[in-house]
Amino acid sequence: MSVSSTVSGAAAPELRIVGFLCNWCSYGGADTAGVGRFIQPTDLRIIRLPCSGRTNPLFIAKALLQGADGVLVSGCHPRDCHYAEGNFYARRRLEVFKQLLPVLGVDPRRFEYTWVSASEGQRWQMVVSKFTEQIHSLGPARRLPGAPELEWLRESAG
Amino acid sequence: MAVQEELKKIILGLLPQVDCVIGWGPGPDLLCASPYFMRRPEEVDNFLAGPMATQNTALYLPEYKGKKVALVVKGCDSRSVAQLLAEKLIAREEVRIIGFPCAGVADMGKIAARLAPHGEPGEAEKAVYGEKELRITMAGRELVLPLAEIKADKCLRCAHPNAVFSDHFAGEKAAGNDDEFKDLAALETMSLEDRFSFWEKEMSRCVRCYACRNACPLCVCRDHCVASSRDPHWLTQADGVSDKLLFQVTHALHLAGRCTGCGECQRACPAGIPVLLLKRALSRAVEGLFGHSAGLDPETRPPLLTFQVEERTIKEKAW
Ligand code: SF4
Ligand code: SF4
Repeated sequence: MSVSSTVSGAAAPELRIVGFLCNWCSYGGADTAGVGRFIQPTDLRIIRLPCSGRTNPLFIAKALLQGADGVLVSGCHPRDCHYAEGNFYARRRLEVFKQLLPVLGVDPRRFEYTWVSASEGQRWQMVVSKFTEQIHSLGPARRLPGAPELEWLRESAG
Repeated sequence: MAVQEELKKIILGLLPQVDCVIGWGPGPDLLCASPYFMRRPEEVDNFLAGPMATQNTALYLPEYKGKKVALVVKGCDSRSVAQLLAEKLIAREEVRIIGFPCAGVADMGKIAARLAPHGEPGEAEKAVYGEKELRITMAGRELVLPLAEIKADKCLRCAHPNAVFSDHFAGEKAAGNDDEFKDLAALETMSLEDRFSFWEKEMSRCVRCYACRNACPLCVCRDHCVASSRDPHWLTQADGVSDKLLFQVTHALHLAGRCTGCGECQRACPAGIPVLLLKRALSRAVEGLFGHSAGLDPETRPPLLTFQVEERTIKEKAW
């Protein structure tokens, strides 16, 4: 299993965090952070979506129930959506989704959504660091038997 | 039952104007009715309304699109119709709504539990629903079950026993109850860990029959359900709790801001899984955030199909 150096410097076993990022702002923001060589934890796996409005809560549910320890969604700031209003719809959907988690017995802190613009490399670094720390403080998520992805995860984690 | 006779008169009057009137008629046993599709006057004789009329008649509406139908509705059924209208899934001019004061429907599970020492519900020789009690004759003896004790849970907390809108109404309007989401509060006395175990245990009984989905009047995708799609393959055919729970979560999410709490999903489940709870959690969230209860007004836009630039009730994480 690989080891991630969190910003605090403590070495901990890497956890599985999935990030759904919009193509226009947050993916650019993550790129800006990378180009700026800002130090970031490496637990996050990024999936690029055309817009935060494309984030079907099913994506997050599937990730959380079938192998991820945390999920982060990030899009353009409200009023800055490339498609004008995708993130407005996303905000309602994601907030409602977050409120379902405790009923399922999943700690709602395993899921966050936020806004990062393409120029905000530093904000991206802060968000990803804080979220990774949050997930590390919660530890690995409980698994349900029969999640097919787990086999695959175990193999790929070596 | 006076209301039943009054309803029959309304149905007879409407028959010539519509392709079909949907209500309830004799069911598989004496305790439970079946959905009933009336086209000829003589069929109206067998119409039933009362605690045995559990099914939601709105379920069939999208299939009848393009035809004219009349629908007898309990309060909960009328909310499903209102929601279908709000989403423009059916056309107002194609449906005639016949309301009546619903006194609550029976929960077959509760009846079966009460009958258990004496036999199976199907063995009832005679069953008469009175104003306050259900009288069942079984193995030569009469058993009296007070209706209050066999009523479905959803009826005990139902705020809208009368149709929320109707073209015809039979009888006097009944008073509703308050819904305080006590069922969710009970679940929430458990720790997160225990809730997770609770769902793991409950969902392990799921046989993926999809009766819950098929009974839902607002699950309108039918043959295009995400659960059966192979591309993308969201749910595998594997027999694990993980996919079963993911399916339930998906159903709940697709019903967020739309579910009227009619309880048909849970009633249809052969494994007795409390799947309505997940949908209720989302209904409570939507009510709290957007002050919206589904199916009360055929004109309002569902809250997840709209937005406010400044959402005053959403507290975003401060990083
Ligand atoms: S999800 Fe269940 S309670 Fe909600 S509308 Fe569908 S059948 Fe009724
Ligand atoms: S009705 Fe019950 S057993 Fe069938 S798929 Fe739904 S939850 Fe599973």
